[in-house]
Amino acid sequence: MKVREVAHLARIALSDEEAVRYQEQMDQILKYVEQLNRIDVTGIEPTAHAGAVFDVVREDVATGTSLSRAAALQNAPAVSHDQFRMPKVVE
Amino acid sequence: MNVADLTIAQLREAYLTKALTPAEAITALAGEIDRKDPAIGGYLSYDLDLALADAARADLSLPLGGVPIAIKDLINVEGHPCSCASKILAGKYTSPYDATVIRKLRAAGAIPFGRTNMDEFAMGSSNENSGIKPCYNPHDTSRIPGGSSGGSAAVVASRTAIAALGTDTGGSIRQPASHCGVVGLKPTYGRVSRYGLVAFASSLDQCGPMTRTVSDAAALLEVISGACDRDSTCLSDEVPRYSDAIGREVKGLKIGLPAEYFADGLDPQVKDRVESAVRQLESLGAEIIPVSLPNTEHAVAAYYVIATAEASANLARFDGVRYGHRAEADDLIELYKKSRAEGFGDEVKRRIILGTYVLSSGYYDAYYLRAQKVRTLIRRDFDDAFARVDLIASPVSPTPAFKMGEHHSDPLSMYLADIYTISANLAGICGISVPCGTVSVEGKDLPVGLQLLGRPMGEMDLIRAGHAYEVSSR
Repeated sequence: MKVREVAHLARIALSDEEAVRYQEQMDQILKYVEQLNRIDVTGIEPTAHAGAVFDVVREDVATGTSLSRAAALQNAPAVSHDQFRMPKVVE
Repeated sequence: MNVADLTIAQLREAYLTKALTPAEAITALAGEIDRKDPAIGGYLSYDLDLALADAARADLSLPLGGVPIAIKDLINVEGHPCSCASKILAGKYTSPYDATVIRKLRAAGAIPFGRTNMDEFAMGSSNENSGIKPCYNPHDTSRIPGGSSGGSAAVVASRTAIAALGTDTGGSIRQPASHCGVVGLKPTYGRVSRYGLVAFASSLDQCGPMTRTVSDAAALLEVISGACDRDSTCLSDEVPRYSDAIGREVKGLKIGLPAEYFADGLDPQVKDRVESAVRQLESLGAEIIPVSLPNTEHAVAAYYVIATAEASANLARFDGVRYGHRAEADDLIELYKKSRAEGFGDEVKRRIILGTYVLSSGYYDAYYLRAQKVRTLIRRDFDDAFARVDLIASPVSPTPAFKMGEHHSDPLSMYLADIYTISANLAGICGISVPCGTVSVEGKDLPVGLQLLGRPMGEMDLIRAGHAYEVSSR
């Protein structure tokens, strides 16, 4: 794993010190995790959720229990015109 | 009467005999927090005014009427801060709604009071990853309280809370309960709604009670369990009266002892305490049967792939846009990268990066899919064992609480200490940690927990055996 590349995918900026330290720690963890490759999993179904329930549906009607606009915006770092304010994305 | 020494049951009795009012109890508790907690660090904050307003309205006829419950700082309580012990949220987020567990607590008359310290976003086994402040073990403040629900365990143990809620993704209720000498119960996956809990690993997370007695855990579990239309993984199975299991004898219960959980790496003193607890259960009439969980050795590896993968997706929401810390930046990608770099601590960054890697194109099959298949094997181990026994008994943690800083530069060594708790989350089964004595280390008496694991929806058996053991060991 190249830590800096993956950190970019994860949208985390790393200092040089962090990149070196995490690289070493991550290599060690991945080496440990390699043991999974020694297990025979031929024909074994993956478990995504233990004892999960599937296809939970309800009537397609508004329940009226969503957050109000004010409540949804109350923790926003920057708000403008009742919306989240962001740096310009398109020139 | 020292309010903070009372159990839920005793506090209810004091209310009903008018020896105490909820406002008096909460004011006294706040005094205990101010007096004791600076040396422990179990609380991140508490709001006396909000709690007293709730106390004034408390309906004492309800099952938990007027009972203050400390809340792990990743559970949303409307009007309270919710920082997940992270700098990315601390001082920047007030919950706009109640989690389902809080709604259920309130409906039963309870009062959320105090936000407990934790490992940042529940990632850790020692509370050393708190981004806000350290939390210390009340039995020896040079040692960790465990984690990630370390604050919840420490406040119940240090008598600054009567009971608390924690969450358990890989042992985060049971392990700190064991290290601090309190009771901690991780419910079956889907037993308790996750709506309003800040998600770490969605297929593993469960919320549960941390208390001084098994009876109190039963009383809390009874209230927080049950269907929720805002969590599609929450099961609609009827909630039994868990307190009915209190006082039922263990005669006839079959308890399995997995050889893999008593092997190399287990501290001899811890082994001794757990084995004598098992003998105690046997003397009460339980039948002890050897069982095998052969895939145990792979659980930690599978867990750290699955949990980090899910965490990397869940924590994508902390991007500096809708809530939390925002760094100054000219373009959007830089805003994301800087906000997250400044807001997250070391362990959270490591796990997000690891999770991103195991889900990335070309590696998904080799890591994530393979780990999910190993998860199936671990589940089958438990299915086979529970075909023969009602409960499985084991240690919670291979050692008593370790020293602060002991695993600091070596995250893998800390992950490996989760070996006895992680499998229950992967398999979705329930488990409890019940105090089973202490071991003497460097002149201090450190608590040890007995872990009992039960079938899916087997909480009645956990409570039945846990309480029988607790009473007989007094």
